[in-house]
Amino acid sequence: MSGRSVLRRIDWLTVLFYVLLVAIGWVNIYSSTFTDADASIFSFSSSHGKQLFFIGASAVAILIILALEASFFERFSSIFYIISIVLLLGLFLFGKTIAGATSWYNLGFFNLQPSELAKVCTSLALAKYLSDIQTDIKRGKDQLYAFLIILIPAILIIPQPDPGSALVFFSLMFVLFREGLPLYYLGIGFLAVLVFITTLMFGTVWISIAIALLLVLFFLLKKKRFKMPLLPLISFAIIAILFSLSVNFVFNHVFEQRHRDRFSLWLRLEKDPDKLEQIRKTIGYNTYQSEKAIESGGFFGKGFLEGTRTKGDFVPEQHTDYIFSTVGEEWGFVGTSTVVVLFTLMLLRLVYLAERQKNSFSRMYGYGVISILLIHYFINIGMVIGVLPTIGIPLPFFSYGGSGLLFFTALLFVFLKLDTNRLKEDI
Amino acid sequence: MKKLLLSSIIVIIGITFLGRLSYLQIFSFSPDQLLEDPAIKAIYDYPERGYIYDRNGKLLVGNDPAYDVMVIPREVKPLDTLEFCKLLGIDKEKFVKELKKARVYSPRLPSVFVPQLSKQDYARLQEKMRHYHGFYIQKRSLRYYDTPSAANVLGYISEVNERDIQKNPYYTQGELTGRTGVEKVYEDTLRGRKGVQYIQKDRFNRDIGKYKDGTLDVEPEQGKEIHITIDKELQEYGERLMHGKWGGIVAIEPSSGEILSMISGPTYDPSLLVGRKRSANYSKLHYDTISKPTFDRSILAEGSPGSPFKILNALVALQENAIQPTTTFQCYNGFYVGRTKRGCHCGGGMRNMHVGIYNSCNAYFAGTFRKIYEQYETTDEAHDVWEKHVKSFGLGNYLGSDLHTGRKGRIPSKEYYDKWYGDNRWSSSYIISNSIGQGEVAVTPIQLANMTAAIANRGHYYTPHLIKKVEGKDITVPDFVKPKHTTIDKRHFEPVIQGMADVYNKGTARWVQIPDISIAGKTGTVENFTKIDGVKTQLTDHSVFIAFAPVENPKIAIAVYIENGYYGARYGGHIASLMIEKYIKGKITRKDLENRMLERTLLHEYSKPYSGEEFKINEHDWSQHAKKPETELELFQR
Repeated sequence: MSGRSVLRRIDWLTVLFYVLLVAIGWVNIYSSTFTDADASIFSFSSSHGKQLFFIGASAVAILIILALEASFFERFSSIFYIISIVLLLGLFLFGKTIAGATSWYNLGFFNLQPSELAKVCTSLALAKYLSDIQTDIKRGKDQLYAFLIILIPAILIIPQPDPGSALVFFSLMFVLFREGLPLYYLGIGFLAVLVFITTLMFGTVWISIAIALLLVLFFLLKKKRFKMPLLPLISFAIIAILFSLSVNFVFNHVFEQRHRDRFSLWLRLEKDPDKLEQIRKTIGYNTYQSEKAIESGGFFGKGFLEGTRTKGDFVPEQHTDYIFSTVGEEWGFVGTSTVVVLFTLMLLRLVYLAERQKNSFSRMYGYGVISILLIHYFINIGMVIGVLPTIGIPLPFFSYGGSGLLFFTALLFVFLKLDTNRLKEDI
Repeated sequence: MKKLLLSSIIVIIGITFLGRLSYLQIFSFSPDQLLEDPAIKAIYDYPERGYIYDRNGKLLVGNDPAYDVMVIPREVKPLDTLEFCKLLGIDKEKFVKELKKARVYSPRLPSVFVPQLSKQDYARLQEKMRHYHGFYIQKRSLRYYDTPSAANVLGYISEVNERDIQKNPYYTQGELTGRTGVEKVYEDTLRGRKGVQYIQKDRFNRDIGKYKDGTLDVEPEQGKEIHITIDKELQEYGERLMHGKWGGIVAIEPSSGEILSMISGPTYDPSLLVGRKRSANYSKLHYDTISKPTFDRSILAEGSPGSPFKILNALVALQENAIQPTTTFQCYNGFYVGRTKRGCHCGGGMRNMHVGIYNSCNAYFAGTFRKIYEQYETTDEAHDVWEKHVKSFGLGNYLGSDLHTGRKGRIPSKEYYDKWYGDNRWSSSYIISNSIGQGEVAVTPIQLANMTAAIANRGHYYTPHLIKKVEGKDITVPDFVKPKHTTIDKRHFEPVIQGMADVYNKGTARWVQIPDISIAGKTGTVENFTKIDGVKTQLTDHSVFIAFAPVENPKIAIAVYIENGYYGARYGGHIASLMIEKYIKGKITRKDLENRMLERTLLHEYSKPYSGEEFKINEHDWSQHAKKPETELELFQR
């Protein structure tokens, strides 16, 4: 396939979204790391200068990816996966520690974060395994293998410690659901989360009573034609109550104080408004500052380089995880809604692209890409605007960080490359 | 379903985010006010407060630089504590205590370490200070009073409180504002306008440059100097005369309404309310609830005017054609209201207006007062006319001057009496005490002085005021430069003033004449009562005096109100004549009179109601008034 046809077939709309997000992201990194002393935007000593370099490197990576055969990615996906696992294991021996997390290799000019690579590789490996003609996701054993592909990198990442990145891998469950994993897994997961949260908020006793009441109500109202077996239902209820009981144990004995504080803050478990405000300003300091910065931006924002809180570095980690607060302060609601809409459109476009694949590997990989981008976007912005507890993961294409930008770019463009081959049954 | 799952999650997340963002940025949007933005620090540059001069250009209030040793605890490096303490003249305990206090306040922000060094200490320390890291000397400006007098006129400045800040957003915590007197009324003029620089800070509160390159910064605007109408010498002299006496003296230049002096006794040295001991001194003054040194009696004390009010009744009667100067009334060493006899000290006999005034005949003015009311069909009508005339002299209402406070006094209306006696159930006889200024009428000393000025001007007055010049330019405030006319025709004043002149020549104040100066005056002796343990008890009369001089071309109009000073000429008359002589001649020829006034105090009178013992009032014997050894209270007030 010639380079010309790649350029003709590539989905330019997605490329446009990508370019816009990277560009807006860089402008905000520039703003949040700008100091009057800076001479040049190309200076490698500043964060925005480095990021500019990585944007260039990403462009090179894109060219390489597009030049490669599409089948290359499918064929070597298992190898990639194994390489990434080895790299994750290697961190235990050779890892470089930054800010308490041993998540990087020091390559001299740049720190490589293998967990970012693992996201791409795991998506490829999962797609490869699921698209295998012999795999049937309805089968328990195959489900187990699929789970293992997801779990292994996650388990290796948790002790770095980087629970945020580990969490990202679970989003790949969406791929499984798309491919036929029964939805009640999702239902059970959802119920578990619901019971967890409500138990924290109202206590085990009330939750048990509520479950019992629901059970009774169900039997009173049930119609003859629904034949719901009694025993599994009751045992399900009992499991739920037991789970609720365990929640308190886990919360009080497994969680650390900072985790408990984050939940107290998020679910407003602390009723004393003074204490809550205290938590907001200490444990929730980052979120508090970022919310304040976003609030102070108003509808139109304070203007480029005019964000006083951004300039004063009031929001910690602003150029990385909290980059969205810069958008909020300097560009206001206009800016933040633009970014949210861009992400939404891009993700919807990717769903559309994934669904039009004839080849199941491409589709499954596409779903992997969407899941990973979605969870980053959801958790990051959710945290910055204070609707989710603090979980430190970057905003794709946006946050400062070389590995992040490179591998998000790779993640996306591998899929776009596969998409150029969408008309072929196999690649 | 499976295909839509992810799309719907994406859309739901998008909507949730937009909802939350619109809540944050649109509904709870609170724009960072420049001054509330934690990332912006405003540094103020305070201009020097304007000086205050007297009418002759003599300095009353200036500024004094004060030097505070400041400390930023975080920047303090190990130092030779012993030497440093010696340099500052403090001991080591104090050093440790102050440093700890500063650190508790903030390790990063400056605190005062030793306040208000003297100029000598400052000169000595200035160059050595740089050896001690974390310490530096900060200059600030304190009010400096070039007079021990006029505290009530000048007022004082103090730090703004929450209410001031809410009322006027110009101020921020820790700034100074005029609290009373001239400092308060001319606050904006004296203060100038502070300059401000906006500095961008980071979250460690470190400066990282100018905000918006200083485009929003404001240059300070100097405070303006003002000249006030007070005559410094006269004011100081008046306060010396007032020593040990309670009451008020107000002197006005009739031709302009300028207040020459405004004295309240007891008073205090304005320097007491400056500097380190300010708040301790203020409490001490404020909680002296018996002599009330912070209560400005010259403008706030409402009392019966006494006999000087007879002059107004005479003028009203002449204007209403109720009497002629030649009209006579019989004095039976008193007069009758129904069957009750009210006394008079004039000596009795047929009295015309001239004698009535200079001998202050109660019977004559009771008759005159009745005549006014007989001019009209109903008491209501007559009372309205009387009220209108009396009020045209500036009584019974605020004067509209530039004093920071004031009282209306009271000229009772017919409604007032209707409420008291019932509609149409009273007549001039019921309110006959007003004829001699003893009834329901009440005035403040400044109103009395203004009334005197109106008489001196033969029918008009200028609103009394304190401001004379701003930045060397005469004021043009229309309220202060346009005359206000009374409702009495000019021709009626001459016969009355003749009577007032003879008060000095042969009447109730003949002992206090001043050689070569023709004075018109009127004595007043005001009965007054207090309650001791719930029992109404009469106290020694208040001594009241009004006067103006010279009679033909008045330069000064004065009202003196001395609480419990006995009869009008005794203290009021003496003090008024000394003030007039001082102002017109510049020196006093009657030294014995002067010494008596400077030395005698009335503290024994003021202690009577609190003594818990029986006491006599209106004692003639001067020896009772002997100068008492100065008590602590006295020393403090003087």
